[in-house]
Amino acid sequence: MLAPAPPPERDPVEVWGRAATAVALLAVDPGGLGGLWLKARVGPARERLMAVLPGLLAPMPAARLPLTLTDEQLFGGVDLAATLAAGTVVRSRGVLGNGPRALVVPMAERLTGGLAARLAQVLDAGQGHCVVALDEGAEADERLPQTVADRLALHVDLSGLALADCPDLEIDPDLIAAARARLPAVRLPADAVETVVRVAHRLGIASLRAPLLALAAGRASAALDGEPVVTEDDLICAVELVLAPRATMLPAEPEETPEPEAEEPPPPEPKTGDDTPESDVDEDDVPDMLPEEVLLEAARAILPADLLAKLAAGKAPRVTGASAGTGAAKKGNRRGRPLPSRPGRLDGQSRIDLVATLRAAAPWQVIRRRLTPDAPQKVLIRAEDIRLRRFEEKSDRLLIFAVDASGSAAFTRLAEAKGAVELLLGEAYARRDHVALVAFRGDHAEVLLPPTRSLVQTKRRLAGLPGGGGTPLAAGLRSALDLADLSRGRGLTPSIALLTDGRANIALDGRADRPAAAEDARRMALAVRATATPALVIDMSPRPQPQLRDLAGEMNATYLPLPRADAGRLSAAVAGALVP
Amino acid sequence: MTHPFPFSAIVGQDEMKRAMILTAIDPGIGGVLVFGDRGTGKSTSVRALAALLPPITAVAGCPCNSASRADCPDWAEIRDETLVEKPTPVVDLPLGATEDRVVGALDIERALTRGEKAFEPGLLARANRGYLYIDEVNLLEDHIVDLLLDVAVSGENVIEREGLSIRHKARFVLVGSGNPEEGELRPQLLDRFGLSVEVASPKDIDQRIEVIRRRDAYETDHDGFMAHWTGEDAALRTRILAARALLREVKASDDALRDCARLCVALGADGLRGELTLLRAARAYAAFAGANEVTREHLRAIAPSALRHRLRRDPLDEAGSGTRVERAVAEVLA
Repeated sequence: MLAPAPPPERDPVEVWGRAATAVALLAVDPGGLGGLWLKARVGPARERLMAVLPGLLAPMPAARLPLTLTDEQLFGGVDLAATLAAGTVVRSRGVLGNGPRALVVPMAERLTGGLAARLAQVLDAGQGHCVVALDEGAEADERLPQTVADRLALHVDLSGLALADCPDLEIDPDLIAAARARLPAVRLPADAVETVVRVAHRLGIASLRAPLLALAAGRASAALDGEPVVTEDDLICAVELVLAPRATMLPAEPEETPEPEAEEPPPPEPKTGDDTPESDVDEDDVPDMLPEEVLLEAARAILPADLLAKLAAGKAPRVTGASAGTGAAKKGNRRGRPLPSRPGRLDGQSRIDLVATLRAAAPWQVIRRRLTPDAPQKVLIRAEDIRLRRFEEKSDRLLIFAVDASGSAAFTRLAEAKGAVELLLGEAYARRDHVALVAFRGDHAEVLLPPTRSLVQTKRRLAGLPGGGGTPLAAGLRSALDLADLSRGRGLTPSIALLTDGRANIALDGRADRPAAAEDARRMALAVRATATPALVIDMSPRPQPQLRDLAGEMNATYLPLPRADAGRLSAAVAGALVP
Repeated sequence: MTHPFPFSAIVGQDEMKRAMILTAIDPGIGGVLVFGDRGTGKSTSVRALAALLPPITAVAGCPCNSASRADCPDWAEIRDETLVEKPTPVVDLPLGATEDRVVGALDIERALTRGEKAFEPGLLARANRGYLYIDEVNLLEDHIVDLLLDVAVSGENVIEREGLSIRHKARFVLVGSGNPEEGELRPQLLDRFGLSVEVASPKDIDQRIEVIRRRDAYETDHDGFMAHWTGEDAALRTRILAARALLREVKASDDALRDCARLCVALGADGLRGELTLLRAARAYAAFAGANEVTREHLRAIAPSALRHRLRRDPLDEAGSGTRVERAVAEVLA
C-alpha cells in the first residue's frame, strides 16, 4: 500500500478488530451513535468494511452523498425538470424525506462548511439518521470538519492496514437484530456515568457530547453481548472507540482525583425509580465500581504515539475551503464580472439567466409545438434549456509593510530596506495590488499610509521615514494585524511583510522591558497566525537573528535573512513567498 | 418527532440562559451572540427555548406569521384566513444559505410554468415574530450577515430585485453561535447584537456528571424525564409572561441612566448602543426579578452580557473582555 508506515505499536489485528466492533455497534444503534468517522485511504481494508456495512444496517437504507449535494437533493424541494414537463408543481422528497438513512459521505475531508453544518443539523434533529464519513485526508489539516466529527461517536483509523491484515468480517445480521431488540432494556450501572465523565475529563476532552456518545456505545456493546447491564468490558470497548481517539492529552497520573472522589457525596438521582429494580443486579454483576484506572489504561494503550504532534497541528488555524481561495479569482454565480452563462440545473444556489434560457429554447419552439400541440404555455421550455449565470470575482490583494524604524535598524540597514520596499512597491503597482505602510519606532507604531494604490504617495512617505528610538515590535505587528483585519472586511486579501532587525525592547504598554517585549511580540505573532494571514519576515540585521527566525515560525511566515542581499533578490523572494 | 431537551433542565450556563430569557421578555433588546466551545449546549438551549415560549396566534395561510389579516403583506395570496396557534417559530439558517433563500426571491417555478411574477418568501419571512438561529455565525459570508443585521434592526425585509418590489415585516430575535477559534466576527457586526455570552464547558466534574446524567435520562427514559421537567418549564413560562406584563411599569431613575453612561464611558465603548441595550436589558431583568425599578444590582448582573462585545478588541488580553467589564463595574458601581 502507498500509505505511510503505521506507528509501530498499532497492532493491525487489534485495529481491524476494533473496526469490526465499531461497525457492529453502529448497526445496533445507528441513530444513537450518530455515525462512524472512518479514516482510511481507498483500499482493500476500507472496501471490506464498507462491503458489509449496508447489509448490517438493513433495513435502514444507505445513501451516498456527493459533495456537491444541493439542499433540494438533501431536504427535498421542487423538482424543476418534472415540473416543467408536467406543467404542475412536482415535489421531490430528498434523501432525508423517506425515514432514517445511513448517509455515506465519501471524501469527507473535503466537506464544505455549509454541508457540514447541514449534516450537523440533521444529526441534531434526532430522526435516526446516521453518517458514515469516509475521510481520505493525507495531511493533518485535511480532515472532517469538527462540527460533524464531534457528533459521530465512533472514530476508526484504518491507515496502514494491508489486505492480509483484514480477514473477512463475519457478523451475523440476526445477532444485530436481536441486539437491537435488547437495546432499550439495557441499563447502566449506577456509577457508569460518573466514571465515563471522569475518564473523558482526564483525557482532556472538553466536549460533553463525547461521554454521552461513549455511554451510548457502551449500551450498544452490552446489547450485542446479550447483557442486561453495561459491563466493564463494554465500557472499555466504548472508551477505545469513542474517547481514546478524541483524547487531547495524556491522562494525568491520578494524584488529584482520589480526593474529589472521597469527599464527594453521592450525587442526586434525577432518574426517578428506574434504577431501583436493577440495583441488585448491579451489585452481582459489577462488584464494586467500574475502575476508572482500568478504562484509562485501555485508552492509554491505544492513544496514538504522535498525539503531541497532532495537538500542535490541531491548534493551527483551520483554514476553511472558502477562505483558502480568496485572493485568487474564483468562479461563482453571485456577483463579480459576468462570464458567459452555462447550461445547468436550478438548485436554489444559482441564478437563472432568463435571456439566455429563452434564447436556448427559441430554436426548438416549432418542433416542440408540433409535438405537444395542446400545451397551454406560450413558450415551451424544457429543463435542458435552463442557463445559469456565472460571475468571476477577484479580490484585490493588499501588501502591508511593517517597517522597523528604530535606532538599531536605522543604524544598520534602514536605507537598504527602504530600497527593497520601493522595489516591491513597483511590482505591487504592476500587479495592481494595494499597499499599506506601518512604521514602528520609539514606543508606538503608526499607520503611515492606509491601503492605497498611489505609488507616489507611498514613496514620499517612505523617504520621509525618520529613524531612531526603541523597537516596539509587538506594537508594529498589532498595527499591521489590525490593518489586515480591517482590509479583509473590505474584501481585500492582506499579506504582511515585516522588516526588522528583531531586537524587540519595548513592550506593548510602552515600557522598556526586553523580556516582556519579546513575549508580547511572540504572542502577537501567534495572533497573526491565528488569522491565517500570509506573512514574510525580512531580517535586516547584519547577522541573522535566531529569535527572529523563531518569531517567523510562530507566525507561520517565511523567514528571509538579508545578509547583504540585493534588492532584486529580496523582491524575488517576496514575490515567491506572498503571491498565492 | 420527540420533544426538545427542556430548557430548565440545562445544567449551569446561567448567563446564556438568562440572556435568552431576557430576549423572550423584550425582543427589542436585539439578538444574542453565544461564543464558546463545541458541545456546551449552545444549540440545545436555542431549540429548548422555542418549546418553552408561549405559542403565537397567527393567520394560518400567511407566510410571515402575521397576527391578523390586516397585518398580512398584500403580495401574499392568503387562502386560509383562520387564526391558529403556532409554536414560536425558530428558524435555522444553515451555513451556505444563499441570499435568495434568506430574503426570498422570484418564484422561478411559477414564473416558468405559469408565467406569473410571484414572490417566494425566504427564511426571514418564516422567522417573523420568532427566532432566527445561526450556528457558526462567524463562518457565514459577510454579505449575508450584513443583510441579516440590517433586517433585524429595521424589522422589515425589503426586496428590490428581478423586477420585484416587495416588503414584509421581519421582526425576529437573532441568535448567533460560534466558536471563536474558527474565526472572529467583525466589530461592526458584534456591536449589532444586543447581548453577548461566552460559554465554556463546565470545569467542575460534578456539574459535568450531572449534565451527562440528565441527558442520558432524557434519551433513555424520555417520558419520565419530560414529565418531571415540563412542570419546571411551565413555571418559567409563567414567569416570563408575568415579566412581559410588568415590563412597561419598570422605571429607570436618572441615577440608573447616569450609571449606564458612566459605565460605558469608563469602558470606552464606541457609540451609544451600549447604553441603550444595557438599559433595556436591565429593565427586562428587573421585570423578570419582579422589581418595578432598575437598581444597581440589576445593572451589575447584566453589564457583562450587554457590554462585553462592545470593547475595543485587544488580541493579547487573554483574560477576555468579560473580566474588563467586571473590573469597570466594580469601580463605577462601587
